[in-house]
Amino acid sequence: MVRTAIPVIVAFITGAAMTVAFFLNEKTPFVGQISEQLLDWLIIIGGFTLLLGVVSILRVSWQSVQRRREGWVYKIATIVSVLVMAIPSLLPVSWSPLFGRFEGSIYDWLFMNLQSPMMATMFATLAFYIASAAYRAFRARTPEATLLLITATLVMFWRVPIGEALLNHLPGDVPALVNKYVMNGVNLAVQRGIIIGAALGASAMSLRIILGIERTYMGRG
Amino acid sequence: MKSLDVLQVMVQFESKIWRRVPLILTSKTFSAAHKCWLAVFLLVTLFSQPAYCQDEATTFRFDRINALITVIIFSGAVLLFTRWARQGKPLFLRKIPGLEAVEEAVGRATEMGRPVLYIPGIEELDQMETIAGISILGRVAQITAQYETPLMVPVRYPLVLAAGQEVVEQAYIHAGKAEAYDKDMVRYVAGEQFAFTATVNGYMMRERPATNIYMGAFFAESLLLAETGNAAGSIQIAGTGRPEQLPFFVAACDYTLMGEELFAASAYLSHEPIMMGGLKGQDFMKILIIILILTGIILVTFTTGAGETFKSWFQAV
Repeated sequence: MVRTAIPVIVAFITGAAMTVAFFLNEKTPFVGQISEQLLDWLIIIGGFTLLLGVVSILRVSWQSVQRRREGWVYKIATIVSVLVMAIPSLLPVSWSPLFGRFEGSIYDWLFMNLQSPMMATMFATLAFYIASAAYRAFRARTPEATLLLITATLVMFWRVPIGEALLNHLPGDVPALVNKYVMNGVNLAVQRGIIIGAALGASAMSLRIILGIERTYMGRG
Repeated sequence: MKSLDVLQVMVQFESKIWRRVPLILTSKTFSAAHKCWLAVFLLVTLFSQPAYCQDEATTFRFDRINALITVIIFSGAVLLFTRWARQGKPLFLRKIPGLEAVEEAVGRATEMGRPVLYIPGIEELDQMETIAGISILGRVAQITAQYETPLMVPVRYPLVLAAGQEVVEQAYIHAGKAEAYDKDMVRYVAGEQFAFTATVNGYMMRERPATNIYMGAFFAESLLLAETGNAAGSIQIAGTGRPEQLPFFVAACDYTLMGEELFAASAYLSHEPIMMGGLKGQDFMKILIIILILTGIILVTFTTGAGETFKSWFQAV
């Protein structure tokens, strides 16, 4: 009972206070800073919970190594990576210029020469994924898919310089028409519809949480 | 009217509200929820009284009155439909195929003896989409607990890890399968967006989960995840409130929840009338917005002054 009641009361008080504060003068003592103070609390709590994350990743990886699960060698790489990135960055710079997170430190070198290129590589592979997804989405199997294919081809042509140059050879200002009717017309209308729906959905869910109607986020129905 | 006069009117308006407070609090016309709202408003306003002595003369932000009206109408609609739902009035909700398919997808994983992968987005717990994702996770975990299907929930933030572990544990206890709960079902994999994606993609290709469920806030990694899941032959259900990621999920997933459907999912899956009342309130607001948009179109097209006034008011909201 207490485990359910306390979070509901906390959610109600904080949610209601932040809603009310939105309608009050920002220079108001106490109330004006409620929003900022709560966000500061979130950062502080987040900092403490970071330890939970590190413990979780180390425990799961170590268990895989101990039990020689499939791919356990990669788990050793994970453990070593976590430790090599974390430990030197936590040590004081006064001990050695290699410690800390400043330029020239071990952390900085690993980030710039290993982590950053690996992340860039992952992002770059997105181009191939887009190609395969587009091939599947644009197969003209139904009238709707055919319409999508034609529209997408026009938009793609409009987006690249060579396509725009080719479209300009056609009678009428095709790029301007694509921009006006497809991008700023149909596309924008649909996007706004989804955004309004999502905003209403998020507001309704917030209200359900503040009033204690919805408790599923705590694992209680 | 001079600005000083306007401020005096505002101050008088506030004092009138204060005089009516005892009447409202003792009145039987208002529900307990309304009185609670008023009590919180009064408490916060009490703290804010010194604002009169500062640069601004009023405590209340009158420039946000339109937003307040919207909030009051919206809250009223949600509370009204919730009350009707409590009273047992039948409420019709359209079927959402993506949510209908959740149980079937988990069943498929059970039959194949393969795990279910659930990703509650890659954002922090202060985002509503993440909270929606965590709420749906509870329902999915109940089904996996009933079927005794392995569940894997990789997360990007430690706060989401703590919330996810709590939700999954409660779901397993609720399903009477507390002994089947493993703390490492929900695990922190990486704090960086693409490191997270690489880890999850690797898991998909190695473990070949039968079902992948993506519910929450996603960015550039949405297609990387969904295409990999597609290549691994998994049934995929996705939901996000970000319109720019929806085409990727639609192209690569079997079912996609768009925008509001994500936020409605936890209430929809619960089958609880009280929660569904909130959804009807949301629908009411949508109808109201559609009427306002149509009115705006007519006014802007056929009039000049009224159309502009209406437009500015609606834009401010």
